[in-house]
Amino acid sequence: MSDNAENKAAGGGASGSAGALDAANAGGSAGANLLTVFRNGLLDENPTFRLILGTCPTLAVTTSAVNGVGMGLSAMAVLICSNIVISLIRNLIPDTVRIPAFITVIAGFVTIVDLLLHAFVPSLYSALGIFIPLIVVNCIILARAEMFACKNSVARSAADGLGMGVGFTAALILIGSLREFLGNGTIFGIDLTQRLFSPAALMLLPPGGFLAYGAVLAVINKVTRNKTAVVGCDACPLRCGMKDGERAGLADARGNGGAV
Amino acid sequence: MIVRDLGIIALSTILVHNFVLSQFLGICPFLGVSKKLDTALGMSGAVIFVMTVASAVTWLVNRYLLAPNSLAYMQTISFILVIAALVQFIEILMKKFMPPLYNALGIYLPLITTNCAVLGVALLNMRDYPDSLARATVHGLAGGLGFMLALVLFAGVRERLELCDVPECLEGLPITLISAGLVSLSFFGFQGLFA
Repeated sequence: MSDNAENKAAGGGASGSAGALDAANAGGSAGANLLTVFRNGLLDENPTFRLILGTCPTLAVTTSAVNGVGMGLSAMAVLICSNIVISLIRNLIPDTVRIPAFITVIAGFVTIVDLLLHAFVPSLYSALGIFIPLIVVNCIILARAEMFACKNSVARSAADGLGMGVGFTAALILIGSLREFLGNGTIFGIDLTQRLFSPAALMLLPPGGFLAYGAVLAVINKVTRNKTAVVGCDACPLRCGMKDGERAGLADARGNGGAV
Repeated sequence: MIVRDLGIIALSTILVHNFVLSQFLGICPFLGVSKKLDTALGMSGAVIFVMTVASAVTWLVNRYLLAPNSLAYMQTISFILVIAALVQFIEILMKKFMPPLYNALGIYLPLITTNCAVLGVALLNMRDYPDSLARATVHGLAGGLGFMLALVLFAGVRERLELCDVPECLEGLPITLISAGLVSLSFFGFQGLFA
């Protein structure tokens, strides 16, 4: 356990997976165990603020809090379903073709969500646009399939999907509210400023996305005093570009704190 | 007429609707490989290549396989598989016939399957240019070029940023994102170029 603590201190959020898993395994009853897995996704390994995964939708759809909720819930639905299915079939998939297999499973669920949104929530469907089908390449989902679901039981995978999904949704709501408040003076469409200041429309435009995400991350770093160690593709535990040998080497590096 | 059209599509995709800076496609590699200029160039080269080919191939798949069988709802799932297979195929071909190019771009190729700019361009083509293979392909090529422009410019910014003394809580990703916001803001100046 002390090793785990060191890992966390050295490597920041991105590499904490192994440590957190051990901690979860060491936990007592099954219920507490699942709760740890859930909490891990929500806080310690929040996909948006700690792992820095799924940056594209985070920046693109957070022009309002409602869009954030829509995107977060859609991704969560796909994440939970794909985690469960991948966990169920984890012993059937040959190792060499597991990534294409995961992608196929994920794409199936994304298509279902896409059709459901199109049918029942057309306004959200048009607001989120191509970012609904792009959930397929959202690294959070593929990363959880690769890192968690293909190694863990169905219940734990579902709990992980739920935790990660709620963490992602909460992050999108936070950034979405901030941008909506600064850019439009409202949160969830409720006018909070009573026209006390004239909103900075810039925050609703693409530059505002980068600025808001950067600012929120900076505040989180300040509060937690724990820097996010790795950035973007570096943070992606998939390391899709790695050959198998490098992957093994990376697993070792991950044990030592992960920053490659 | 068509040439003028293609030119406008290209310019507007590179400058006005830049994939990275105004459409938020391909942010992960944009943040991940923009630390050094040479890796930025390698990644962009691979992205340009794959986006151009993927645009053409997914357009053909949609036109001659999906559309006639009214399977449009299968676009997402078929495009991602086509792209995954295509990247694999390009990698093998490059290794066999163009070793120098493979050495330069090879390590970036497998990363591209999950680059949302590639799937994004295929989906945008279906929305915007479902009737013209030439337009879709030029859109893909220009999207890749825009990605390169953003990546190369930003690599320059980040190399300078390395030398700056920033507040501790901003170090790393936060300051990178805020700088990206400023670069994106400067690209905003191109808005209205094609009124």
